[in-house]
Amino acid sequence: MSNWIPLWVHKLSSPPNFYRFAGVVRPWALGLALLLGAVALYGGLVLAPADYQQGDAYRIIFIHVPCAWMGLFVYGVMAIASFISLVWRIKLAEVVAMESAPIGAAFTFITLVTGSLWGKPMWGTWWTWDARLTSELVLLFLYLGVIGLYHSFEDRRQGARAAAFLAIIGIINVPIVHFSVNWWNTLHQGSTVRILGPSRISGDMLWPLLTMMFATKFYYLASLFGRVRTDLLAMESGKDWVRQIAQGRAAVPEQEARR
Amino acid sequence: MSPFSWDHFLAMGGYAAYVWPAYAVFFIVLVADYVSPALRRRRNLRELRGRIARQAVRQQRNPTSP
Repeated sequence: MSNWIPLWVHKLSSPPNFYRFAGVVRPWALGLALLLGAVALYGGLVLAPADYQQGDAYRIIFIHVPCAWMGLFVYGVMAIASFISLVWRIKLAEVVAMESAPIGAAFTFITLVTGSLWGKPMWGTWWTWDARLTSELVLLFLYLGVIGLYHSFEDRRQGARAAAFLAIIGIINVPIVHFSVNWWNTLHQGSTVRILGPSRISGDMLWPLLTMMFATKFYYLASLFGRVRTDLLAMESGKDWVRQIAQGRAAVPEQEARR
Repeated sequence: MSPFSWDHFLAMGGYAAYVWPAYAVFFIVLVADYVSPALRRRRNLRELRGRIARQAVRQQRNPTSP
């Protein structure tokens, strides 16, 4: 590999090193996710006032919108990792891409279900084929396609390569989901929180929303690292460092050894 | 703001049937997402331990084979 990549990246991307690194980071990420999530829920469900139009039904926003953001964010990570895995054949990038897919699918599924539960009382329907909802459903199918393609090959790495292609092609859908409310006349409301220009939401509703966004980011990190660790053990099961972990006499964190 | 009451909180202004299921889905899906790789990992390690044990037995019976 080219020599402009710092040495520590090289070292970190070796499976036993990354396994250990992820094992250290993961409990902190989960702890932060739970803490921020609890604060956000308190702020959103208890402190924030009811909406003047939607009453208390709008409180679904505190999970619906962060999960929708994560559906797109995780797709971006998956597509970038897929690209890296195809170009440089880095095993770790491949694992990150393939293990991001189920998490992204989970977030997208939550977005669709909570959106449906929000749509029924506000629009009078569980589902409508409008641009935002349809492109979000396509996003879920893309995730499921990546997962399915990955598992449909006998050879794991061949499956990962095929699925990585699909992930990269599917990135076209990400801006479509994001801009659908501007490009088409939809039933779905426009963006509430905007990076450019003032957000159309009051402060006591905005901060729980942003806090939940950070909580879901940390959750993604924790879940991803857990999944990557599991995958690395499975992929390297013939190697010495994995055998040591299996037999509980490893030089890795103690709680691993006890399991 | 009026003092906190559980009944009022749980009623969600009449939208309890929509708000609480939404939160339930959020938690159930994320817990499932978090637990499933841990179970997979346990199963993999158990299988690997079995494989190592079988290999050790084979080696004891027939020390010349690899």
